[in-house]
Amino acid sequence: MNMLPRGQMNIVVLGHVDHGKSTVIGRLLADTHSLPEGKLEQVKATCERNARPFEYAFLLDALKDEQAQGITIDTARCFFKTALRDYIIIDAPGHLEFLKNMVTGAARAEAALLVIDAQEGIAENSRRHGYLAAMLGITRIVVLINKIDLIGYDGAVFAGIKQEYADFLDGVGIVPVGFVPVSAREGDNIATNSAHTPWYQGLTVLEHLDAFEKTAGNEHNPFRFPLQDIYKFTADNDDRRIFAGTVETGSIKTGEGVIFLPSGKKSRIKSIEGFHTSGGSAIEAGYATGFTLSEEVYVRPGEIICKDGEELPHVSSRLRVHIFWMGRSPLIKNRKYKLKLATSRSFVQLAEILNVIDASDLTRSREKQQIDRYDVAECILETTRPIAFDLVSANEATGRFVIVDHYEIAGGGIIMESIPDADSTLKDHIRRRETSWEKGDVTSSHRQSRYQHKAKFILFTGGADLKKREIARALEKSLFEENFITYYLGMENMESGLDADVTDVHEQREEHLRRLGELARILTDSGQIFITAVGDIDDYDLEILKMLNSPNEILVVNVGPDNFNNFQADLSVGEDAEVAATVNRIYDLLRRETIIPDYSI
Amino acid sequence: MDNLDKLEAKSVYILREAYREFKNLCMLWSIGKDSTVLLWLTRKAFFGHVPIPLVHIDTHYKIPAMIEYRDRLALEWRLNMIYGENAEALAAKETFPDGRVDRLTCCWNLKSEALKRTLSGEWPRYRLNLDLQRYQEDNNREPYTGVIAGVRADEEGSRSKERYFSPRDRENEWDVGDQPPELWNQFKTDFAPGTHVRIHPLLDWTELNIWEYIKREDIPVVPLYFDQGDGRRYRSLGCWPCTKPIASGARNVAEIIRELSSGQLANIAERSGREQDKEDSGGLETLRRGGYM
Repeated sequence: MNMLPRGQMNIVVLGHVDHGKSTVIGRLLADTHSLPEGKLEQVKATCERNARPFEYAFLLDALKDEQAQGITIDTARCFFKTALRDYIIIDAPGHLEFLKNMVTGAARAEAALLVIDAQEGIAENSRRHGYLAAMLGITRIVVLINKIDLIGYDGAVFAGIKQEYADFLDGVGIVPVGFVPVSAREGDNIATNSAHTPWYQGLTVLEHLDAFEKTAGNEHNPFRFPLQDIYKFTADNDDRRIFAGTVETGSIKTGEGVIFLPSGKKSRIKSIEGFHTSGGSAIEAGYATGFTLSEEVYVRPGEIICKDGEELPHVSSRLRVHIFWMGRSPLIKNRKYKLKLATSRSFVQLAEILNVIDASDLTRSREKQQIDRYDVAECILETTRPIAFDLVSANEATGRFVIVDHYEIAGGGIIMESIPDADSTLKDHIRRRETSWEKGDVTSSHRQSRYQHKAKFILFTGGADLKKREIARALEKSLFEENFITYYLGMENMESGLDADVTDVHEQREEHLRRLGELARILTDSGQIFITAVGDIDDYDLEILKMLNSPNEILVVNVGPDNFNNFQADLSVGEDAEVAATVNRIYDLLRRETIIPDYSI
Repeated sequence: MDNLDKLEAKSVYILREAYREFKNLCMLWSIGKDSTVLLWLTRKAFFGHVPIPLVHIDTHYKIPAMIEYRDRLALEWRLNMIYGENAEALAAKETFPDGRVDRLTCCWNLKSEALKRTLSGEWPRYRLNLDLQRYQEDNNREPYTGVIAGVRADEEGSRSKERYFSPRDRENEWDVGDQPPELWNQFKTDFAPGTHVRIHPLLDWTELNIWEYIKREDIPVVPLYFDQGDGRRYRSLGCWPCTKPIASGARNVAEIIRELSSGQLANIAERSGREQDKEDSGGLETLRRGGYM
């Protein structure tokens, strides 16, 4: 007996209601002898008793009834096997209201059988399902032109539908693996070649399925490792700092150089980690693993780790995408949504609708101002900060995304193009804010001459959390004692007060930065030296804070390990820095920038 | 990569996703083969560590060997081990073995209700003190917002409809008809206050996969799964009054794999030894919609 685990393939059966999906599945189960013992006979006997002609679809219904036990079915699974491998059929309902389930089922599938009724021809969901299969990345599609017996095995009708549907699929970028004339009821060309279709020389449905190669070649693409998390478990004196994730494509060896994107940080693979495995010195696409690095880098989960010297992903905040919307509320402009791409989470807005495509007939509408449920649209999205991604044509895993609305995945999409950053919505916002800023009669020069200093936003950041707060508080006290107008804001005060309504962890950070930036703009406008301390600030965060605080300026003091890539803090000190000395150095900077007067002159 | 490698990678990805997204996360450990494989996969995901508390609902009718095995492994692997129970129903003898209620009501009382109240923190949780080697009432009564469970799609009908990340409302209820979409490897990791999410990393595994993996990784399982010489073994484990062994001479993991591959059990449901499934048609789905695993 062959004890090796057999290969498995997930397939989905798609098509318009009543075009014969269930009959195809019933026939596949029966002809591969994959039904439970006696099931075929039992269903046939039931039909006879009730004076109904037997249909293969009843087999599926009988199986489903057992599975469903009277409960609504959504995506159900059944199994059949050939000599080559085991197949799992994900049966997706054809009704429009079940599209959410169809999409879930199809997203798990590696290949699709798309069933079209030869009598009725191409129907609305034949097109919609074909389009969605393309968007979901199923490239292996066999089109079954069913009920060929009902049109008298007419090769011309088959050729006509084949041509029309091939043209349609061509429009969405799919070349189907094949078209097969079948009668699922009679068994023509499902498991065996039919004598009724001498004009068809191609493969049977089963032969097509067995001919599919399992996804291969992923290990030859450029290395992409979306960073899922960074672990430092200290139990049992474990001092490894492990960068965990799944290798989506490509491969990597210990000693090779890596680049983190979008931060741009670089390091080198020190070891490949695992549990109850040798770990080894190389790893390739498909494995969930973890690395330690030769030089530590400080980044957040969600970055993509890439290999030095290979083609890198794009980094931008504007993307041209195709999107499929399933949300109860439409996708609208001027609203922030959560975008999940590989392991990254960011905030995104709908910037522009290029056109909304009716997935059932591919007609386009340029007039729509929002994207409604079950619409497919081509649009431009803008993230609040640049993200790393690939075009879907280059790399599927890092070229597709979902959008979350009201706690639910409301849309899925693929990236067609990276668009250079033009005027972002943040810049727009600041322009609008500054033009409408209501100024009091007291100007900043009035304040300067009264207070005897200029306003400034002093931001402490870096990994040494306690130390940076200690220095920040000491600076406030010292400035205050010298009669400068100053205020230190503790971050907890903001979290439990101004930010108390923001509960989502990811949103928290973005929203927190936005509010802090706006607050800094107000406090510096009031002429103060505003001091605060925030952990983990990176180049992009700082860019956002700088813009929000503009036209006023920021002074950045880093304490301990920093999170910056290109940005140089105005002052950077170690974890062991002496507090009074650091405060003095900040004074020097403030004097040099003439924020506070230089008494020595 | 073979099929087991793929299943392992996907489960590990799901476990890490859960650990990243849910602050109050726990894993249900029934002591059976599936959730023990899940525990092993957790050690894979977190490089030998188990940074997630394990919750066991103790009905006090479990086969004694299961509890011994639970505590032995918990001490050996230094697990954050917690159990919960329905003390009221046990004290009032509202159980099937006491003859006061039928099997389904007993399951409802000792499992569903105990689980719901333990997860929400309404009822006490008992945590294993690894140094003292005994259970003490746990101070943490925060509700768990992410609950990892070892259900498999092939196990039984209602489970084939599960998502990897499946939302439950305040009453632990499962809306089978309206489930969130899952695209590629993006799951529902956002949830409204008061709701929680069940996470199912083993959804794609079959019974055979589980045993193949136990063999490959040499994972310790309760000996009740093996024939001890009387020609019977347990295929699915539960409470002793409602769980029957099947006729089988499989004495070790390799023999179980041979037995399953041979097809001799093909037409016998995995949970056929579990009497509560037979109480009415759809017993398990009814229980599951109320929060049962």
